[in-house]
Amino acid sequence: MSETPVEDMTFEQAMSELERVVGQLERGDVALDQSIALYERGALLKKRCEAKLKEAEEKVAAITLDATGTPTGTAPLDGA
Amino acid sequence: MSDLIDDPRMGANDPEFSVTEISGAIKRVVEGEFSNVRIRGEVGRVSFPRSGHVYLDLKDDKSVLSAVIWKGVASRLSVPPEEGMEVVASGRITTFGGQSKYQLVIDDIKPAGVGALMAMLEKRKAALAAEGLFDASRKRPLPYLPEVIGVVTSPSGAVIRDILHRLRDRFPRRVLVWPVAVQGDKCAPEVARAIAGFNEMTPGGALPRPDVLIVARGGGSLEDLWGFNEEVVARAAVASDIPLISAVGHETDTTLIDFVSDKRAPTPTAAAELAVPVRHEILAWVDQQGARLSHALSQSLGQRSQRVRDLSRAMPRVEALLDSPRQCLDVWGDRLPAALRHLVLRRKTFLVERVGTLRPSFLRTRIESETRRLGSLGPRLAPALSRGVGQDRNRFETLNTRLRADVLERDIQQKKRAFSDVARRFSQIATSEVAARRERLDALDRLRETLGYKKTLRRGYAVVREGDQLITTKSDASKAAHLEIEFKDGRMLLTRGATAAKAKKSPSTDDQGTLF
Repeated sequence: MSETPVEDMTFEQAMSELERVVGQLERGDVALDQSIALYERGALLKKRCEAKLKEAEEKVAAITLDATGTPTGTAPLDGA
Repeated sequence: MSDLIDDPRMGANDPEFSVTEISGAIKRVVEGEFSNVRIRGEVGRVSFPRSGHVYLDLKDDKSVLSAVIWKGVASRLSVPPEEGMEVVASGRITTFGGQSKYQLVIDDIKPAGVGALMAMLEKRKAALAAEGLFDASRKRPLPYLPEVIGVVTSPSGAVIRDILHRLRDRFPRRVLVWPVAVQGDKCAPEVARAIAGFNEMTPGGALPRPDVLIVARGGGSLEDLWGFNEEVVARAAVASDIPLISAVGHETDTTLIDFVSDKRAPTPTAAAELAVPVRHEILAWVDQQGARLSHALSQSLGQRSQRVRDLSRAMPRVEALLDSPRQCLDVWGDRLPAALRHLVLRRKTFLVERVGTLRPSFLRTRIESETRRLGSLGPRLAPALSRGVGQDRNRFETLNTRLRADVLERDIQQKKRAFSDVARRFSQIATSEVAARRERLDALDRLRETLGYKKTLRRGYAVVREGDQLITTKSDASKAAHLEIEFKDGRMLLTRGATAAKAKKSPSTDDQGTLF
């Protein structure tokens, strides 16, 4: 199993790890203890993926620039 | 009447100009009339003298116009003019009265027409491709799910709306829009600045650094899109650490930035699709994975419990397992006492057999035979000893008779004679040797006497000395304080100033002799 804790995984990492865990469990050639551990890890990964997907919220801002073209902050985007 | 009036000669009353006056007048008219003109034409000969000014001809199929670009303007030009280039030049016409010439002073010159622009673009593409900036190995993968998306485009217009709309459909994200001009002279520097500016942001800051960039513009003419063909934009895209999606113009328009970007999208909408996955598809996928996970576990558990049931059914009863060993135990238990008895009996028989041969008479016979052997060896001991002593005595006698005194005596006499003989010969040789040496010594002494100066003294010569120093010249003698003269019979001392000479008694010849 991967060394990265599930909480620190990127979305893509969590996805591919979940896929791997499911595949391993489906092959059915793991010991009973391990299959339960795998299931628990899979559930954790699924939760992580769902959380990441729930984070989907739109925030749109336009960068404001000063006279020299250096960013000074953000402003709501007109007409968006 | 006709005589009175001359036929007027045409122009006879016109004022006369001097050459300079007419040149000045032309200058005023021309420069007043053509102080700001735009001229389209093909560039003819171009020269770049070291002064920094640029001299060139503008021409079309019928005419040629001389033109000059002053140094200050020439240094600002984005594209230096080249022979054969189709251009639009703007500026003013000036005249040069000294040579009856006029020329165009150019303020700005730009390639004109699609042909000229395309030719320039091809040149730039070739140069950047030669640097390896278009290589597929340089292209980085886009992040699967970026947290922040940076968009470089015009803040108003359809492009940003299309992008935001498609992002919202697929996967709403944080979007930072960097407003830029998407055409005109300001386009290229602003786009380049925006790409660099996004790269300078820190991840997770107040202005979070985007995980992916989209540089987008809607369709337009080649001139409209030209800003995205500028080298500064391409170089900024190359330098970007953030993966970059380019979406400039329609699918058929390809600008320079499309070659260096990590991914080219045919339209701004397509760029949004490349940037994020579809959220509900992933949600479905995650649900599906969850279902597979539960299914796999329950199936695994079900299989195992089924197997346990099957195995337990196949297991025999405990009583049946014990029956056979129990029977076995009975059989062996019965046979145990009989076996023990039998063993003891067998050992007893063996013991009796061994004890039968062990009797006192056996020992006694053995002692008697050893005693007899001792008795036979005892008498042989004394004769054996006396025989040994007798043999050694005989050997001593033999040697003793061979040891006789007269033999020794004879040997001593012989050696004594030999010694006295040698002693005699030695004394003879010693005496004769001494005599011979003495004779030789006498001869040498005689020779010495003849060679010495004393003999010469006897013939009337004298030796003069001052102290121990020998005086042999008159000059030495006159310098000396005192002189000593040696004659054959002695020495005499002469002191300067003293008339009386005092004879010095010479040492006796006998004493001289003892010196040798």
